[in-house]
Order: sequence, then structure tokens, then C-alpha cells
Amino acid sequence: MTSASNNGAPIISVENLTMSFGDFVLQRDLTFEVHAGDIFVVMGGSGCGKSTLMRHLVGLLEPAAGRILYGDRDFTAASTKDRDAMLRRFGVLYQGGALWSSMTLAENIGLPLGEFTDLSPETIREVAAVKLALVGLSGFEDYYPSDISGGMRKRAGLARAMALDPYILFIDEPSAGLDPISSRLLDELIVELRDSLNTTIVMVTHELPSIFAIGTNSIFLDAESRTMIASGPPTELRDHSDNPTVRRFLNRGAAHG
Amino acid sequence: MTSSLATPADLTATRRDDGTMVVTLGGDWLLSGVLPSTDALIDQLRSGVSRLAFDTTALADWDTGALSFVLRLSGTARTASVPVDASGLPAGLQRLLVLAEAVPEKADAKSDEEDYGVVDWIGLTTLSAKASAGETLEFLGQSVIAVWRFIRGKARYRRSDLTLLLQQAGIEALGIVVLVAFLLGLILAFVSAIQLQQFGAAIYVADLVGIAMVRDMGALITAIVMAGRSGAAYAAQLGTMKVNEEIDALATMGIDPIEFLVLPRFVALVLMMPLLTLFADAVGILGGMLVGIGMLDLSFTAYAQQSIGAISVTHLLGGLFKGAVYGILIALAGCLRGMQSGRSAGAVGSAATSAVVTGVVWIIAAAGMFSFVFYLLGW
Repeated sequence: MTSASNNGAPIISVENLTMSFGDFVLQRDLTFEVHAGDIFVVMGGSGCGKSTLMRHLVGLLEPAAGRILYGDRDFTAASTKDRDAMLRRFGVLYQGGALWSSMTLAENIGLPLGEFTDLSPETIREVAAVKLALVGLSGFEDYYPSDISGGMRKRAGLARAMALDPYILFIDEPSAGLDPISSRLLDELIVELRDSLNTTIVMVTHELPSIFAIGTNSIFLDAESRTMIASGPPTELRDHSDNPTVRRFLNRGAAHG
Repeated sequence: MTSSLATPADLTATRRDDGTMVVTLGGDWLLSGVLPSTDALIDQLRSGVSRLAFDTTALADWDTGALSFVLRLSGTARTASVPVDASGLPAGLQRLLVLAEAVPEKADAKSDEEDYGVVDWIGLTTLSAKASAGETLEFLGQSVIAVWRFIRGKARYRRSDLTLLLQQAGIEALGIVVLVAFLLGLILAFVSAIQLQQFGAAIYVADLVGIAMVRDMGALITAIVMAGRSGAAYAAQLGTMKVNEEIDALATMGIDPIEFLVLPRFVALVLMMPLLTLFADAVGILGGMLVGIGMLDLSFTAYAQQSIGAISVTHLLGGLFKGAVYGILIALAGCLRGMQSGRSAGAVGSAATSAVVTGVVWIIAAAGMFSFVFYLLGW
């Protein structure tokens, strides 16, 4: 696996980001970079603001201070139009899949294709079938989200997130609600997609097996001090971090030195 | 737990000479059984006890019923600085006690729902009203932009969604609207018949019912039925989509949720409301006619002619226009409350309720305003 010290300009730069709800500051002074080909893990305990950070990165929430850049383009200051154009190059996989419940799986995947490309309806259906096949759901084109299991919904959500061949894929809690085997298969699928499509992955999770198996770089958000207290490849942090909170978390609470 | 023949729980406290209070638990201490009152014991514990100990040799079966009692007792002992000797308790109960007391209750974890005074209440209500007004204005602005894009043919929404919504707000709602309007016509005719008969002016029932239905009541009753039907449905649909992050998924794909979800609902109601109103008008007059013919011995031709003579085109168009405006209000109220919904099952329920309340209030307010303006204009 490639290490954090990747050459070249970062794909995402976050500069002094502060997130707050009204007067309540959730996290302050977050500064980090994500490089091309990374599987970047945002980790931390429950309620520390991991998912909120992701919602900031995709523009669902506005930073209280600081800015977010994609390449050299300022996402925070961009107009709605520029922002929408940038968003189209991202894929987002939400915790429960967030499939549109009134549409079949094929329609879910076809919607972004129909809106943002000039493909014919037949081609769109074919592309949707291919995307579903990639996540192991061929034959489920005409199923509604309510007809399939939670794990399948998640994979279908991944297929939809990959519909427009995004160059950055955001994933919120990939293994939440999945059994260990499905969760591992999803991890493998994520690595596969990264390798074959050159997608950079930003993943919010606290599942240690996933973090160590596929994470190439990471930051650790702390709920107590309300800022990031460590960054680097997860395995390195586990063994060599000088912060006891981070080491304890990554060693599952076991005292380690 | 095991036998259905539980022995009743039994509680005694004895005081030794050295000041130790020994609490003896006997029988079955189960939540499903009858537990003895513990208040007297707690009071005793506060009056000069030097140590608290337990004797559970006669304790048969126990569950959380025993644990909560012991916990309460040891909590009281701790605040009264009386040492607790738990060694007399069963091993399982001792471990649970340690577990329950391991983390002291977080003082600031309890929600701070203190007793607010009137001043606090006024302040908080004002602040939330201000925030809510801001949200409503923003929503209105976005809706206007979406409608403008729709008029220019640039809006992004699914045709098939719109077709389905038109069907739901149109043909599927027709039955209930017709039924309610028919009954309303009947009621109006009855009320006016009793009065007008006294003057021998029974034929004017036709005028009264006709004008009332076509000018105001047809549109109003249709709007109220639709607020309960479509308004609540829209709020619940959008609220559920918010809970499932479906709305976020649209936004992060660069698709405007207002255009994609609100606009078709808005268009469906604005188009269907005047049509439903037209049906309501006709059926309401029919209801009045039934009373006229059955009760007042008027002939069909006389009633029909009287009605046609009374109703003008202005009345009719005015009523249909009102219907369209009520449609706008219902769609806005339903979608606004849906988009504002919180992310829980309970929040979706209150969004649906609030959509109906908001819709009906807006409709009645608009109806009042229309009456005044139409009166000024002499229509």
C-alpha cells in the first residue's frame, strides 16, 4: 500500500476548518490534506464530529471558519453553480445507502446519468446494469430499495455513488449494520474500485478491522479537546503515536505502553 | 423466573449494638411480584447508623427489583457517609452493584429542562419564531426560483413523478371531495331553508346555495380536504426522505431538492385544485337541489333556473382562482414542514400534523382576505 508521503499536489486541502452548531463548537482548527489514490480515514469516538466533517466536505454544512479546497479551487467560496459542478465529480455513500425509495435500483443509478449526460435511456439502463454488476447485484435492476436487505442497499448506494465515475468517493460508516463478512467484502470492493478507477476515497469510520485493512492515511478527531490530535497511516499511529488516547483507541482500549 | 409460585418478598432491618444496620431480604425479589416499601428504611438509615450490612440467606429469587432497592439504599448511605458492606449480598448482585456504581452520574448529562419563567419563555419563543420566519422566507425564495426555472423549461424533475402526483391529487381525491361538497350543499340548503321559508321565499335557497358554493365554499371545502390529504402526505414523504438522507443524496449530486421534490408537488396541486373545485361547486349545488326538491317542493326546472340566474361568471372564475391559490398554500405548507422535519420517526409525525395545521390556518386567512378584497372590488 502507498504511504502517506505521496508526491504531487493534494486533491483535498482542509485549512483551519472549524465546525459549529450555533454557539457550540464541535471541532476546531482541522488542517489536513488528502492525496490522489489515498484511502483516507476520518476516525474518532462516537459523537466527535466525523460524519459532520464529511457533511462539510460535501457542502451540506457550511464551515464556521476556515476553508476547503479541491485541487486549487476554493469550495467554500465557490458560487452555487461552481459548487454543483464540483459536486458532480464526487460520489457519496451514506450510512443507510440513502437510495431514493420511490425509484428502482436501475432508476436510482440512472438518475444522475440522465441529468448530467446525453446518454439515451437504453444506454443509461445498460450502464446502470453494469454498475450493479460491479457491486454484485446484477439482476436486481427492477427491485425497489425496500425489497432488498440492508447490506444490498449499501452496495446499491455504492453503485449509485460510482454512477458518474467520480474522482473522489466519500463513504460514511461503510460497515455500520453489516455482518463481518459483508463488511470485509465491502472493504475489498472499495479497494478494487480505487485501484481500477483511480478514485480517491475519504471514509468516516471507527471500525478498526476496516481502518487497518484498507486505510492508507488518516486523521483522528478527539471529542474531549475538540480538534484533531493525530494524523498519519493508521498502523503507524497504532504502534508509534505519542498520544495515549489514539493508541488506546487503535488498540481497542488495551493498555499498550 | 423459575416457579410460578413465588414467595412474597420480605424485608426486615435490625440494629446491632455497634450501630450496624443489618437489612435482611427474604423471599422472591422480582419486578413482577410485590415489593415491600422501602421509605421507612431509608429514613432509619439517615438516623445515626454507623455501618450498613446485608443478610440475604433467606433470599430465594431476585432480579432488577432487588438491585434497584440495594442501589437506592447504598446511594443514601453514601450521601450520609455510612460505609456499606456488600459482602452479605449474592455474588451476582454484588457485581451488578459495582457495575452500576462504577461511573458516577454525569451532572451535566441530564437535559436542562428546568422550570423556565415567563420571561425565558417569551424570549425563547421569540428567538425560535425569528429562526422559523427566516427558514420560511428562504424556502419561499427557493420555491419562486424553482417555479421560474419551471416556466422557462429548465427545471430538473422527473416527468413520471409529476404524473403520479397529478393522479394522486386529482382523480384519487375526487371521491372524498365530491362527498364532502355534496353534504356541505345539503347543510347550507337546510340552514337557509328554515329561515327563508318563514318569508315564503323558499326559492331563494337556490341563490344562497349556488352563490355560496361557487364563490367561496366550494374552493374552501376542497382546500381543507386537500390540506388533510395531500398536505400531510407531502410533509410525511419529504420528512421520511430527510430521515433516510435521500434529500442529502440529491443535494450532493448537484440536484436541487426544491426543484426535484417540491416543484412537482406544487404544480400538481395548482393544476388540480381548480378542477376539484369545479366538481365541488357542481355537486354542492346538487346537494342543495335535493333539499329544494324534496323538502321545499320546488321543481327541478325552477331550482335550476334560479341557480343559473344567481351565479355569474365572475363568481365562478373567482372561486376557481381561490382554489388555485389555496393549492399553492397547501403545497407550500406541506413541503415546508417536510423539509424542516427533524431526523426521527416522531419528527416526521409532527411535520405531518404541523403541515395540516399550517395549511388550514393559511387557507382560512387567505379566505378572509379574499372576501374583503372581492368586496372592495365589488365582485
